[in-house]
Amino acid sequence: MNDIAQELLRQVTGLEKLPDSAFNIRENSKGAGRKVTENIDIVTKEDQSGIDIIVKPNTLNDKVYIPALVTCSGVHDQVYNDFFIGENADVTIIAGCGVSTDGCDGSEHSGIHRFFLKPGSKVKYIEKHIGFGSGTGKRIINPETYCELEENSTLEMETSQIRGVDSTIRTSKAVLGPGASLIINEKLMTHGDQYAESQFEVEMNGAKSSCKLSSRAVARDNSKQLFVSKISGNAECAGHSECDAIIMDHAVVSSTPEITANSIDAQLIHEAAIGKIAGEQLIKLMTLGLTEAEAEEQIINGFLN
Amino acid sequence: MLELKDVSLTVEDGSEILKNVNLKVDDGKFVVITGPNGGGKSTLARVIAGVRQPTSGEIFLDDLDISHKSITERAKAGISFAFQQPVRFKGLTVHDLLNLASTDGFISKSEACKYLSSVGMCANDYIDRELNDSLSGGEIKRIEIASVLIRETKISIFDEPEAGIDLWSFSNLIDVFNDMYKKIKGSIIIISHQERILNIADEIIVMSKGEIINQGPKDAILPSLLANSVPTSPNKTCPKQEVHL
Repeated sequence: MNDIAQELLRQVTGLEKLPDSAFNIRENSKGAGRKVTENIDIVTKEDQSGIDIIVKPNTLNDKVYIPALVTCSGVHDQVYNDFFIGENADVTIIAGCGVSTDGCDGSEHSGIHRFFLKPGSKVKYIEKHIGFGSGTGKRIINPETYCELEENSTLEMETSQIRGVDSTIRTSKAVLGPGASLIINEKLMTHGDQYAESQFEVEMNGAKSSCKLSSRAVARDNSKQLFVSKISGNAECAGHSECDAIIMDHAVVSSTPEITANSIDAQLIHEAAIGKIAGEQLIKLMTLGLTEAEAEEQIINGFLN
Repeated sequence: MLELKDVSLTVEDGSEILKNVNLKVDDGKFVVITGPNGGGKSTLARVIAGVRQPTSGEIFLDDLDISHKSITERAKAGISFAFQQPVRFKGLTVHDLLNLASTDGFISKSEACKYLSSVGMCANDYIDRELNDSLSGGEIKRIEIASVLIRETKISIFDEPEAGIDLWSFSNLIDVFNDMYKKIKGSIIIISHQERILNIADEIIVMSKGEIINQGPKDAILPSLLANSVPTSPNKTCPKQEVHL
């Protein structure tokens, strides 16, 4: 693994060295390292590019790292990863993608992740996307996430893309069974001429299922963002979608909520707020001795924290 | 020492919000500015902090002319300001704000908790809370006061600190200002209508219609204020002309 790959790995996963837990590292469309453990198995798919991650029932407090790294220009990678989480397992999955381009050709990674959560299982899924490099080639990341949550299972997803990705369409779909709970927290910042689109679609089919989708986004320069959330409540359930965006410079942000109650017992809420940084916020921090630029940075960092 | 010389502020429609305000606040003084609503008190405080620019006049902090200094420069020179209606931040936590307020840019949780406790808050319940709409008006107000206490600057200005604070906390607030007065070498300027706050002042300044109409030691000013505050027949009283105590 070269320096660029190591830096991408560090930024995507926070790892300084290979972990003790299970992992699978994908670099430029190829496997670059794998470790399985007694409780977490990783198997290469035979019919398409990708892996199956199989977590045994009742596995507790375990982790698995599944980063994808693109370290040069001209790579167009598509991968299919399926996660099978056994009954009552409780695991953290750290995934995400880093793309570095050093030439005029662009690079692209599309990670299609499917999650199948058995009853009572619990997953924390941390997904970070980042791009850097001196090349003029476009860095494109299009993640797709599909989740099936069986009875009383929980999926908490933290997804972030803070810099360097020129174009992204992020699609997340979920189907929730009885008592299942889905939480998605998205943090997004675009700058330059970047484009980011987030598409959420949740079907709450089970009684007492719930979902909370939250997106906090900052759009700077000439960047554009689109946030679309569709929540359908098909049983007694509770759904909440929230989009907060700070808009700066000449950026454009759109938010399109769609909530559909197909059951009289469904309770659905959508909140959306788009606006520039409030002058009072800047003034408060300036009265503490910060310059306007420092105040702006603190407000944005806090907002995306 | 803070000194204002002939400070005036006229807005676009010609209204004079401040008219030739002259004011000296000596080091170590506890000054309360009071007077009817709309009399210019909050505007004066904002002008001192640099949040609003006067139309004319000069402001000095010790020997430094801060008349044309920015909010940031005044803050660095030693002026703190607690807003009457504190702003909320999505994402920033109470600890983040106190970090930014502290001189070193970082304050340990235990130290931050000390300041929160001093404004009547159970610190562990609040230190990691976001400064968002989930905090009540009284809670955000007390955090605002803590953010000024922590700075220990030459001039600490509090714009109606009692507003939005419940009676139990208000009692603690008096103790907070008393303690602050004992500990810091700087001056405290409080805008207030509250008799109990007026009672702990060294000096009282009365403002009305953009002018200082009376000022002097507490013992000289407070009795007349209390006398004037005796309510008259309700149908003859204009709230804006009444000194609220």
